[in-house]
Formats: sequence, structure tokens, C-alpha cells
Amino acid sequence: MLADHLPSALDLARSQFAFTVVWHFLFPSFSIGLASYLAVLEGLWMATGRDLYLDTFRYWLKVFAVVFAMGVVSGLVMSYQFGTNWSVFSDKAGAVIGPLLGYEVLTAFFLEAGFLGVMLFGLERVGPRLHFLATSLVAGGTLMSAFWILSANSWMQTPAGYTIDADGRFAPEDWWAVVFNASFPYRLAHTVTAAYLTTGMIVGAVGAWHLLRDRTNPRARLMFSMAMWMAALVAPVQLVLGDLHGGNTYHHQPAKVAAMEGHFDTVARAPSILFGWPDAQAGETKYEIGIPGLASLYLAHDLDAKVTGLKDLPRDTWPTNLPLVFWAFRVMVGLGLLMIALGLSSLVLRARRRLFEAPWLHRFAVAMGPSGLIAVTAGWVVTEAGRQPFTVYGLLRTADSLSPIAAPAVAASLAAFALVYFAVFGAGIWYILHLFNQTPRPHESGPPVGQPVRTAGITPAPALSGDSQLQPAE
Amino acid sequence: MELDLPLIWAILIATAVFLYVAMDGFDLGLGILFPAVRGKAERDVMVNSVAPVWDGNETWLVLGGGGLLAVFPLAYATILPALYMPLILMLLALVFRGVAFEMRFRVATVRGQLWWDRAFSWGSYVATFCQGIALGAFVQGIKIEGRAYAGGWWDWLTPFSLLTGASLVVGYGLLGACWLIWKTNGELQIRAYRLAKPLGVATLTGIALISATMLAVSAPFRARWLGVPGMMVGAPVPILVGLLAWRFARALERRDEIAPFLCALGFFLLSYIGLGISMWPFIVPPSITIWQAATPPHSQAFLLYGAVVLVPLILTYTAYVYWLFRGKVTAEAGYH
Ligand code: HDD
Ligand code: HEM
Ligand code: HEM
Repeated sequence: MLADHLPSALDLARSQFAFTVVWHFLFPSFSIGLASYLAVLEGLWMATGRDLYLDTFRYWLKVFAVVFAMGVVSGLVMSYQFGTNWSVFSDKAGAVIGPLLGYEVLTAFFLEAGFLGVMLFGLERVGPRLHFLATSLVAGGTLMSAFWILSANSWMQTPAGYTIDADGRFAPEDWWAVVFNASFPYRLAHTVTAAYLTTGMIVGAVGAWHLLRDRTNPRARLMFSMAMWMAALVAPVQLVLGDLHGGNTYHHQPAKVAAMEGHFDTVARAPSILFGWPDAQAGETKYEIGIPGLASLYLAHDLDAKVTGLKDLPRDTWPTNLPLVFWAFRVMVGLGLLMIALGLSSLVLRARRRLFEAPWLHRFAVAMGPSGLIAVTAGWVVTEAGRQPFTVYGLLRTADSLSPIAAPAVAASLAAFALVYFAVFGAGIWYILHLFNQTPRPHESGPPVGQPVRTAGITPAPALSGDSQLQPAE
Repeated sequence: MELDLPLIWAILIATAVFLYVAMDGFDLGLGILFPAVRGKAERDVMVNSVAPVWDGNETWLVLGGGGLLAVFPLAYATILPALYMPLILMLLALVFRGVAFEMRFRVATVRGQLWWDRAFSWGSYVATFCQGIALGAFVQGIKIEGRAYAGGWWDWLTPFSLLTGASLVVGYGLLGACWLIWKTNGELQIRAYRLAKPLGVATLTGIALISATMLAVSAPFRARWLGVPGMMVGAPVPILVGLLAWRFARALERRDEIAPFLCALGFFLLSYIGLGISMWPFIVPPSITIWQAATPPHSQAFLLYGAVVLVPLILTYTAYVYWLFRGKVTAEAGYH
């Protein structure tokens, strides 16, 4: 029968949620960091009065406008997905999750949206001081947004502060415990840091791209240098935060960690498996290559500690897609290590005063441009696929969260999302890449408004004679 | 004193939805008017007149949806599945439109610009039409069993919902035209005056047709509007619409600049109040009341504390931003 081969409404709804949220989160993970970067640049401009900062600010403001718009419209979709596709979840968990999202709208979205207009169009109207305030408010709004949405997500991972009524609905009992649930501080710190690193990698790649063409461009130097500081200082911090996050998860969601590590058996001196293929049916990780004892060390901070394997956990609480969790985790950590390598290389070259003279480093940085976005996506796949088969961990199953919508309807909407997202966001991303390719110049124009954009494509860089040192352009 | 939290929240959310309709209404309306305006320069002015505020306008829609989830999750969990198709289409159309907003100024080729202009305009049409359809389907009632939607995924498609869809398109078009009368001058303003009149007539016709259909097909609706206590509350509404129509026609004749916009908003407000009278006290007609859909008081109070402080603050800075970008928008001086 044909019907047997079609995916179920549940699988389709999950795919649709994963597809739309991954797309959505690509934009905030860039714009959270970029908003802060813009605030820093504008602050430096106000403090020093050097055009260099203003030009760089304007260069990135154009990018920000497009990224932000895509973040907003893809986020709008998310806020309706809970109801359209996960109505039972919404009904059962709404009293807890809803107010958190409500606070996100009230404290963050309005702030961002309101002052975005001033930030993009208002410099001449309000003057530098108020304009800087607007930029800072937008940046603060994006962080506030992360705070609330991550609190909501963390509550689903490590629920606390609730009671369950007779019909199986969650009711809040203690809001403090709900908001500051066990995994929230870790997730907030790790995700915000991830957003900063993501932006750092992109800014660094763009700076490096232009250094490869003209290593004297002061704006490219500024971007590159700032981004390399970010990589050198923050990427190692992210490793520590990730380790703490993982330790906490080990405590609360042992099945997820066992899936991440590929551990089936509970053993002391548990190995850290570098490569392998976890096979749920066979109950083992095939082709494994590992370092003995390492997993016990970083999970329990004790070489001899016993680490729980999947077989000691009920079979119906195992994450449903073990290889996905396992490999996504390795992608994230691998990229994190590469970022650290980039940061350290930059430190060494900086100490030798060769930061702007080493094309290999610039090429490395260009290649690392998308690494933050990929790592963030991989990290979320670990988190969310690792939480399966539950939406509210241990309490509400994904299969019991679904809307009563027929499979063909979900299939149609999923197809429509795929078409529209690839077309529209594809075009947006194409345009952003085009912006990246434009040389950051003195007297950057900022977002064009009401006038045709000047010539497209790359114009040969003007002879930047007086402009080759890090100093105000003209 | 015991506060009736669900009632307070119903009023707050109804207000948020109305603010959405009023604000996004005129910027969706601009997309609806795009086909009537040929020149690129004029379209630029139109888009410029809302560029600094459109994102804030759309945020009221997020508050409408998010607020429903937060305080009336049962309503959120039954209305959204029932309106699955029109809502998803609306969201996709808003995606098109939101990105087109940024892109139409930026692409370098004329063909590219034309493409994004189309995306902007089609996005506005589809989003508006779907909102209208959703409204119509919602008013007609949603089939519930237990705590879940029990209908099919095409239930929303009826002649009535098509009528409300079409009416909303002309209604938003009217808001857009009146906004242009206010915010622009010269050729574009003259064109907007010319468009406002037929759009006004069409909007009023839509309102009349919708009310007549409801009276014809819905017994509870008849009872509410023609019965004794209902008549007292309800009677002023159509009378006020009539008065406002007269005022609107005069404003156009006298070439007033702000009055047409206010009158158009008035049509929306009165229809909205009429809708509220028809539905009360149901949040999911015909079976779930606002009290049945409400979350426990502890949950409603938590968000209310925030809302009491934050909503006035939001209104203040929203007003500030509108004030900042006050005045006419012209082709030479956009907002830069
Ligand atoms: C730039 C992005 C980035 C980078 C370089 C890293 N991570 Fe990460 N990681 C994320 C971005 C991220 C994330 C997308 O932000 C996640 C998803 C949910 C969350 O809390 O953060 C995440 C989740 C996440 C989790 C899952 C926790 C859970 O779901 O309960 C663990 C254990 C780690 N990370 C650990 C690490 C380690 C040991 C790293 C070593 C370098 C690392 N991460 C680098
Ligand atoms: C507050 C934020 C979030 C909430 C409340 C949330 C909630 C959910 C829900 C309800 C589902 C569908 C049911 C399920 O399959 O578990 C889901 C699945 C998923 N989410 Fe999240 N999510 C959030 C953030 C994110 C982010 C930012 C990402 C990635 C960028 C993400 C990635 C995924 C993926 C990949 C799935 C599919 C997992 C699977 O079905 O195996 N989520 N999430
Ligand atoms: C599944 C859960 C999610 C939902 C329902 C959601 C909802 C939304 C909505 C409605 C918007 C548009 C706001 C506006 O109108 O201005 C938005 C934008 C945004 N979201 Fe999400 N979001 C989700 C996941 C996340 C996560 C996990 C983060 C951060 C960690 C995040 C951070 C942001 C930020 C910073 C913005 C501002 C727009 C931008 O910077 O591009 N969101 N989100």
C-alpha cells in the first residue's frame, strides 16, 4: 500500500519544525552578535571620532538590515508553529511556556523592532548620541530575546517549578524555578557565546577576504583584528562552557549524553569515542576508535568514574536517531577546536607583528566563515534530537504533542516552506554574499534608501595611498 | 478584590490584534496599491513611508499569537489547527513581503527590482486575503471535540470566508490609500485621493454584505443583534458607520489630509467592535468561552505584571518613533 510508505503526520511535523527553526536560528545567531558588534563600533566612533569606525559600522549596518529582516519573518513563522503543528503541546504546556514567550515579545521584540527603524534611518534625524542609544537598545533586545526563548527551551529540557493537573496539563507553581531551571544558565551562556563566535567568524572571514586583495585597507584590518581577538579569547571559553553544559546534561539527561558519546554499556574509565557508528539495533557503537578514560574525566571529572550507558536506561527513552546526535556533536566540537586553532594562530602572528601579512591565515579565516553557523546548527541538533522522544523531557512525548492535522496537509505545508525558504532566503543570502564582496571604503553610504543602488559588483579599489596605516581615512 | 483576569486579558489581546490590523493594515495596503502605481519613484516613496516602522507593526501580530498561547492556550491550540492552510499561506506571504522590503531597494538590475516589487505586492495580497479568510472561517465557528479541533483541513473554505477575504483586501487598500494621502504630496497624493473613493465604497459594501450574510445564516447572530438587550448595545454601531461614511466622503471632497485616514480606521474599529459584540463571551465560537480557555490565575497574573508596565512603555516608544519620522515623504528626501 502506498500509504504505508508515506511519512506519518508526526514525522512530517517534526521535519517541518526542524526545517523552519534551523532556518530561523541561522539569522539570530548572526544578528545577536552583529548587533553587539555594531554597538561597539559606534561606541568607538563616538569615543574617538575616527571615520574608520563609522565606515566599518555603516558597512555592517547594511548587512544587519537584511539579516534582521530575515530573522523577523522566519521568527514570525515559529511563533505560529506551536499552535498549527503542536497544538496538544500548546494546550498542555501553554501555561508555562506561553508567558515566557510573552515576555520575549514584550521585552525584546518590540524593543528591537521599534528602534531598528531609528538605527537604520535615523542617524541624521536624532544625532549620534540618541542613535547610539538606539543601536544599544537593539543589541540589548536581541540578548533579551535569547534570554527568554532559551529559558523556554531549557524548561522543556529540564522542567522545574510546575505541577500537573488532572487532565495532564502543566501549571506553573514557582516562576523563579521555571525560568531559572537547571539547564538554563548553561544553555544561555553557551548559546550567546556561540552567537558572538558566529559573528566573529563571519566578520573575520570578510576582513580576511579583503586583506587578501589589499592588505592595506584599514577597515579590513580593523574587522580582521577584532574578529581574531574574538576567536583567540572567546573560543577557548566556549570549550569550557560546553564542557560545563555537557556535565550538567549528564546529570539531567543521561540518555542524551550516552547518545552523544556513543556509550551503550555502563563502565568505569569510559572512553571518549572519536569516531564510530552507534547502532541501536546491535546495541553497540561499531568501528569505534576512542581514548580510554577521557569521557569519565570530562563528564564526571574523575578518571575512574562510572559513566551510564544507554543499556542501563529504559529503551523507550533512548533518543530516536543515535547517529545524528553522535555525529552532530562531533561536528560542533570539531569546529570549536578549529576556531581555537585559528585564534591561537592569530595570537602567535600578532605577537610577531605579522597578523596582516600572512595570507595563509587569511585563507584559513575565510574558510572558517560559515563555521559558526554550522556549529550552532549542529549544536541544536544535538540538543533537540537528543531530547527525543520527548517534547517536555520525561513528561510529555513528542508523539503525544501533535496537532490533529492530516498528513497531506502537513506535507503540503512542508513543501511550501521548503520552496519559499530556499527561494526567498536564498536570494537574501546571495545578496549578503554580494555585500561581503564589496570593498569596505571610506565614506560608506549606509543602507541605501529611496535611491537606486550604485553600480553593482566589484569596482577596483581606489589607490589608497594616504590610507594604508590604521588611521582615520581622510 | 478578585480581578477577572481572563476578562482583562481578553481585552488586552483584542487590543493587540486591533493595533495589528490598524498598523499592518496600512502597510499591507501599500502593497495592495502597487499595481495601481506604475512609476518606480512613486513606489519607492510608498515603501519609504513605512520602512522605519513596518517591523514594529508586524510585532503586534506576534503579540496576538504569543499572547493567545500564553493566556488562552486552548484557543490557540484549536484555532490554529482549524485555520492551518490560510495561516501557513499568510506566514509564507509575509516572508516574501518582509524580505522584499529590504531587497527591492538593493538589487541593481531593473528586472530584479521588478521581481521584488511583485513579491512585495503579491505577498501583501495573499497575506491580506488569508487574514480575511481566517477571520471569516473563525466567525463561522470551529468544530471542537474534547479539547481539540475536530474538523477537516478544508473547512475554512466557504463562500463567506472568501467574501471576508475580499473585503479585507479592499479595506486594507483603503487604509493604504488614506495613509498615502496623509504622508505624501504631489502626484502620488492626488492618485491616492482618486483611489480612496472607490475603495471606501467597496469597503462599506463589504461590511454591509458581511453583516447581511451573518444575519441571514446565523440564528445566534440574529438573536444577538435583533433581540432586545442586544439591539440596545448593537444599534449604535451601524448608525455610527453611516455617520462616519458621510464624514469620510466630506473629508475627501475637502481634500483633508489626516481625516480620511482616521475615518478609515474608524470603519475598522466599528466593525471590530461589532465583531466583539457578536462573539461575546466566546473566544472560540461557538463553544469555548474566555474563561474556559484561560490558564490558571497564577500563570495569567505573572504575565499581567509585565504587561501592565511594558505595554504603556511600548506604546510610548512606538509613538516616539512615529513622531520621529513624521512629516511628508518625498522622492528626493526619503529617510536618510
Ligand atoms: C559556535 C557555536 C558552538 C561551538 C563552537 C560549540 N558549541 Fe556546543 N552548542 C552550541 C554551539 C556551539 C549551541 C548551538 O548553541 C548549543 C545548542 C543548544 C545549546 O545550549 O547550545 C550547543 C550545545 C552543546 C551541548 C548540548 C547540551 C544539551 O543539549 O544539553 C554540549 C554538551 C556542547 N554544546 C558542548 C560543546 C563543546 C564541548 C564544545 C567544544 C568546543 C562546543 N560545544 C562548541
Ligand atoms: C525555545 C526554543 C525552542 C523550542 C521551544 C523548541 C521546541 C521544539 C519542538 C516543539 C520540536 C518538535 C517536536 C520534537 O521533534 O521534539 C522541536 C524539534 C526540533 N528542534 Fe527545537 N525548539 C527550540 C529551539 C530550537 C533551535 C534554535 C533549533 C536549531 C537551530 C532547534 C532544532 C530542532 C530540531 C532539529 C528538531 C527536530 C528534532 C527531532 O524531531 O528529532 N530547536 N523543537
Ligand atoms: C522555536 C522557538 C522560537 C520562536 C517561536 C521564535 C520566535 C521569533 C519571532 C516571532 C521573531 C520575530 C520578532 C519580531 O517581530 O521582531 C524572532 C526573532 C528573533 N529570535 Fe527567535 N524564535 C525562536 C527561537 C529562537 C532562539 C533559540 C533564539 C536565540 C537564542 C532566538 C532569537 C531571536 C532573535 C535575537 C530575534 C530578532 C531577530 C533577529 O535578530 O534576526 N529565537 N523569533
